[in-house]
Amino acid sequence: MNPEPSKASTILTGTDARTRESTSLSTTGVLVAPALLVVVVLFGGGLVLGLIQSLAHFPAADPDRLTFEHFANVLSDPDFLRSLTLTLYVSTTSTAIAAVLSIMLALVLISLSVKYRFVHFIFQIPLTVPHLVIAVAVVFMLSPTGFFSRLALKFGLIDSSASFPLLINDRRGIGIILAYVWKEIPFITLMILSVLRNTGVELLEVGRTLKAGPWQRFRYITLPTISPSLGAACLIVFAYTFGAFEIPFLLGQTYPMMLPVWAYKNYSDVDLLARPEGIATGIIIAGVIIVAIVLSQTLIQAARRRGAVS
Amino acid sequence: MRPIKQNVISTAVIATVGLPFVVLMIWSFSNRWFYPELWPRQWGFRAWDYVFGTAGFQIMAALVQSVLVAVVTALISVAIGIPAGRALGLYEFKGKDLISVILTLPVIVPPLCVAMGLHLWFIKLGVASTFLGVVLVHLTFCLPYSVFVLWGVFSNYNPDYEGQARSLGVSSWKVIVRVMLPLTFPGIVVAALFSFLLSWSQYLSTLIIGGGRVTTLPILLFALMGSGDRPVAAAVSIVFVAPAFVALAFSARYLGGKSIAGIR
Repeated sequence: MNPEPSKASTILTGTDARTRESTSLSTTGVLVAPALLVVVVLFGGGLVLGLIQSLAHFPAADPDRLTFEHFANVLSDPDFLRSLTLTLYVSTTSTAIAAVLSIMLALVLISLSVKYRFVHFIFQIPLTVPHLVIAVAVVFMLSPTGFFSRLALKFGLIDSSASFPLLINDRRGIGIILAYVWKEIPFITLMILSVLRNTGVELLEVGRTLKAGPWQRFRYITLPTISPSLGAACLIVFAYTFGAFEIPFLLGQTYPMMLPVWAYKNYSDVDLLARPEGIATGIIIAGVIIVAIVLSQTLIQAARRRGAVS
Repeated sequence: MRPIKQNVISTAVIATVGLPFVVLMIWSFSNRWFYPELWPRQWGFRAWDYVFGTAGFQIMAALVQSVLVAVVTALISVAIGIPAGRALGLYEFKGKDLISVILTLPVIVPPLCVAMGLHLWFIKLGVASTFLGVVLVHLTFCLPYSVFVLWGVFSNYNPDYEGQARSLGVSSWKVIVRVMLPLTFPGIVVAALFSFLLSWSQYLSTLIIGGGRVTTLPILLFALMGSGDRPVAAAVSIVFVAPAFVALAFSARYLGGKSIAGIR
């Protein structure tokens, strides 16, 4: 390994020299190896074994030959297409709503005075809350006999629980989307804030001197600055909401199901023939997500090269 | 921004974040609360009595099981994560970007896909439906996460102190115990806490690999939601969310809340 380019990049990027210290590859190898080994064996192994099981004949008529039968069954199942459409819709909608609200929240937070600094702590709370807890709370709030239904009845907006709109286990996935939006806003906001804190206000002041209005300053200065990080954060959120189980399991409807719920339903079916199809669906979900992650990593790296993210 | 606007926005953020917890709290302290009453007709501790009294044995067993799984997972994550975090944070070497991608994938690819694949293998190894099997599947996503936190911790760590200790003739083992660990301690605790939290929140991977034998708190909570006893489900939810607040407070204290961005 050649230490020279890293030294050069240290000077160029101005990063602290001690983090760029060079050491022999074998030393770092020994330090990183156990962690990498565990991840590659358990995670990589899990995916590869899943792939093998979803490509295997079942029952094992001819264990050495692989078949695309299960994938073909999944892909040709009309339920799969319905689940996929619903899942894409829910993931895209919750990501988009969370992104818009996060931009607004980040812009507000950055300009809050010191007195309101505690809001910077409060808004992060949903990050650590388990998905299951917010799903339970959403049931208590939005179900036909939930808190909001009682509130609506009290104010005479509805006359019985039956006339309260269906907001959970519903066709449009409203409960799922709300739970995801609540949970994911802090993550996207933090990603935007880290960019905003590093860029400073000089460009905005230049914009103001050039008589750019607030919208123009946002559209042509702020938005381009935050867009790589925002894009990366959105892809991560999309990937997450595309494959998570708890919220759609508790808040989703019975038909069509969200894709992860459908995959698990097939996997745990008493009919063992459905099991490889459940695993195949899991592999398809993982495939979509891996593509999204690789894309987001590319975006972050592009942003880093431009110096927008530290 | 004008103070009044700041006030309105702060209140809106607090209300949005707080409302779910308020609703859970009210429900857990309601003895009798019928639709369409806005407030419980009778407040009380029935649900909490049930959680810690009547069904105490079952719920406590799940609580202990959850804590054990999460603590063991967190300890292993940190033990393996410290050397990796040190290498990634302190040294520049080839393949770092690749390692970063390899570690990012398990954090975001849903446990569903991995757990379904591992299950058959774990059955053959005899670790399915066991404590060890559940810890192993949790490790798949907890370990990469703690490596990321420790990576950040070690990028702010100055190894010169180790050189000074060594020049005074201190052995390498003692350098680790007396210099490196104390200096990075808050960061290590945060890595452990978040690893704990990730494992603590797991539902599906525990269900698939544990096969119903390893009953953690989320597994019990799902069963309770099915039973329809809302006050009890609310009380268990509050117990379930408590460690999240501890972790958040701790990270805010020691890391300015920066490293929690990846927690799911």
